Amino acid sequence: MMSAVDFGAIRLTLELAAVTTAILLVIGTPVAWWLARTRSAFKGAVGAVVALPLVLPPTVIGFYLLVTMGPHGPIGELTQALGIGLLPFSFAGLVVGSVFYSLPFVVQPLQQAFEAIGERPLEVAATLRAGALDTFFSVVLPLARPGFVTAAVLGFAHTVGEFGVVLMIGGNIPDKTRVVSVQIYDHVEALEYAEAHWLSAGMVVFSFLVLLLLNRRKRGSAR
Amino acid sequence: MSRAAAPAATGGIEARFRLAWPGFALEAALQLPARGVSALFGQSGSGKTSLLRCLAGLERARDGFLALRGEVWQDEARGLFVPTHRRPLGYVFQEASLFPHLSVRRNLEFGMRRVTAAERRVSLDHAIALLGIEPLLERMPERLSGGERQRVAIARALATSPRLLLMDEPLAALDAPRKAEILPYLERLHGELDIPVVYVSHAAEEVARLADHVVLLRDGRVQASGAIAEVLPRLDLPFARDEDAFVVVEAQVAAHDERFALTRLEFGGLPLWITGLDAPLGAQVRARVLARDVSLALAERHDSSILNVLPARVVSLDGASPGRTLVRLDCAGRALLARITTRSAVQLGIVPGMALFAQVKGVALLR
Amino acid sequence: MKAVLACLLCAAAVLSCRAAPAAEVSVAVAANFTAPMQKIAAEFERDTGHKVRLAFGATGKFYAQISNGAPFELFLAADDTTPAKLEQEGVAVAGSRFTYAIGRLVLWSAQPGVVDDRGEVLKRGAFAHLAVANPKTAPYGAAAMAVLRKLGVADALAPKLVTGENIAQTHQFVASGNAELGFLALSQVWVDGRLTGGSAWQVPAELHAPLRQDAVILAAGRDKPAARALADYLRGAKAAAIIKSYGYGL
Repeated sequence: MMSAVDFGAIRLTLELAAVTTAILLVIGTPVAWWLARTRSAFKGAVGAVVALPLVLPPTVIGFYLLVTMGPHGPIGELTQALGIGLLPFSFAGLVVGSVFYSLPFVVQPLQQAFEAIGERPLEVAATLRAGALDTFFSVVLPLARPGFVTAAVLGFAHTVGEFGVVLMIGGNIPDKTRVVSVQIYDHVEALEYAEAHWLSAGMVVFSFLVLLLLNRRKRGSAR
Repeated sequence: MSRAAAPAATGGIEARFRLAWPGFALEAALQLPARGVSALFGQSGSGKTSLLRCLAGLERARDGFLALRGEVWQDEARGLFVPTHRRPLGYVFQEASLFPHLSVRRNLEFGMRRVTAAERRVSLDHAIALLGIEPLLERMPERLSGGERQRVAIARALATSPRLLLMDEPLAALDAPRKAEILPYLERLHGELDIPVVYVSHAAEEVARLADHVVLLRDGRVQASGAIAEVLPRLDLPFARDEDAFVVVEAQVAAHDERFALTRLEFGGLPLWITGLDAPLGAQVRARVLARDVSLALAERHDSSILNVLPARVVSLDGASPGRTLVRLDCAGRALLARITTRSAVQLGIVPGMALFAQVKGVALLR
Repeated sequence: MKAVLACLLCAAAVLSCRAAPAAEVSVAVAANFTAPMQKIAAEFERDTGHKVRLAFGATGKFYAQISNGAPFELFLAADDTTPAKLEQEGVAVAGSRFTYAIGRLVLWSAQPGVVDDRGEVLKRGAFAHLAVANPKTAPYGAAAMAVLRKLGVADALAPKLVTGENIAQTHQFVASGNAELGFLALSQVWVDGRLTGGSAWQVPAELHAPLRQDAVILAAGRDKPAARALADYLRGAKAAAIIKSYGYGL
């Protein structure tokens, strides 16, 4: 059966995924909007940076986050100067890592949704007296709603499934940085296979339900 | 919004735009009247839509000037550019472009709610009634026909009480019955609203029915601009060379002949008989006379079936196509076109200044 | 068809002939023994002509892999209980077990002057993070926890503990400065009789159970002379000198 530590890990994981998803939607929306609309020469480069976590091994991301957020890294120096202290081994650090790690899973669906809207509705809104921000909230957001749902679900699920980055920067602190995937790893390492099964099976069911939900939505919107 | 007297204020629209893309350049200077419908006419690629988009501010010409009734919307020399959403204009796109997430009513309200109460001169009810869309209000756009969508789009633009209405081939995407469905509504706009309309079209038929002023565009430049009755008969322009070349005649209903079911129109003091109309005496109508329906005779003849025989004077001649000659006539100060065979022109010895008679085989009422 | 078969037989014969004197041996090595083992393997290859394939990792993980049929022939663990367990379970060759090194625990900081030579820094607790290897799976982690308990600071420092998955990752936490100090294997920060940098306290051996590191020949290496040769080599004088130079006891 599952212990209090396991439940703590589940709660922590859900918290991490929720906070990460919320931040990603706020950050990812302008980035995706810019990527969808810009004709800038930097579009390719920015798009590639956003997509990096898709191809990089999580250990690479984790390693560089550990170094850059460390006391001698640029982010670490910044956070220390701001009086926040160092990010590794903290919940905030996991959030930063997760935001970067799950960025493409939020930005790309949003970018696709924005691109699908096209230029015309924006022009129509302008001829109907709506300014840029007004247009974004009254036209773009409602038209891109399916994209936002997909982005939120994928961002949340991908953060829940995160392992390598957390392992590298988390320090495995119960109730602070020990998420479900790390807890499973610990159980397996310690040969606690029964406990590992409970959590692993839970992850399988969760992931299946998420994908099922997404497929349903896709079919629904295609109809 | 900045207000400044336009130099050489016309009271209408004054516009100058220079804008270049790879492979295409727009270089247009325009003066359009403050009332009525101005048609931007030309083939595809002539720059009609680009010019309209410049007027709307959807496209920004870095070398540009635009003033409406003396109010300057763009003057790049002073770095002035009023963005589209701050211009009191209505724009109807080629495809209706209704917001798919909003009902017809919410689509109509979208623009209207963004206009201050003080600026509102067209009520929502008026716009709805003008376009006849009361039964559609609670529907979603996806459940409308193409013609219905376009009517909603026009009403949506009108509901913002625009001081300038821009229409980009609003009928082009529709089939003939849908066009016929919408044209009467457009004519009503013309009659009921005192706002200038700039209407892009490549269909002469639409221009003949709707336009008061015509701007002919070619390769991004203005080839001709003037009242429709003046521009259409010009032999140096492509209108006259068209197989279906015609002129537009503005006339008044003068009398009804019940017995033969005919109506007598009058233009410039000359009578023009037409199939019986259901219009009050004194009403202004617009009729179309095709160049190929006008033949010429040196004497006034009463032994033919042709009803309308008008005294005219030859203004100029031009070879239309092999074997054909176009003759521009002056009938009591109004221009008519006649297309005859070159052989007839030679046999009759037609030369500019000559007095003769125009036999008009058919007159079609436009509105 | 016959010609192909003949060729294959010839090739196989040639390969097996060559394999007899110079064989390959696959070795699972506890992460703390990484540096000395690389040196020893290089010497061994030069002296015998055999080829050594090394895999480094956590002892607990190797245990799980070996029990599930991983094809290692020799196992250098970070403790003495895991090889014994493998021997009991019949996965290792009975009687092949020997102690190849005795680990030394060190409290280390990448910065000079942070760790004093009596470990008083632990009692003052003036730091944010103390890194240890996962005590559930890594012997050095278990030894570190024993030290903390013995010093009576285990509960006080519990909130400051960050846990590396193995002793190598723990070293990374401390070396990058994200944890100010941590319990490591002396071999990780010690070469040729001196500290590679920073400040350290060599934890007295009596504060924890001895970190006896045992090696054992696995079932897959039972009939491999090369595996046996490497096991013998580890007990030789050349290997002993290398092992000592990294601060291990013998």
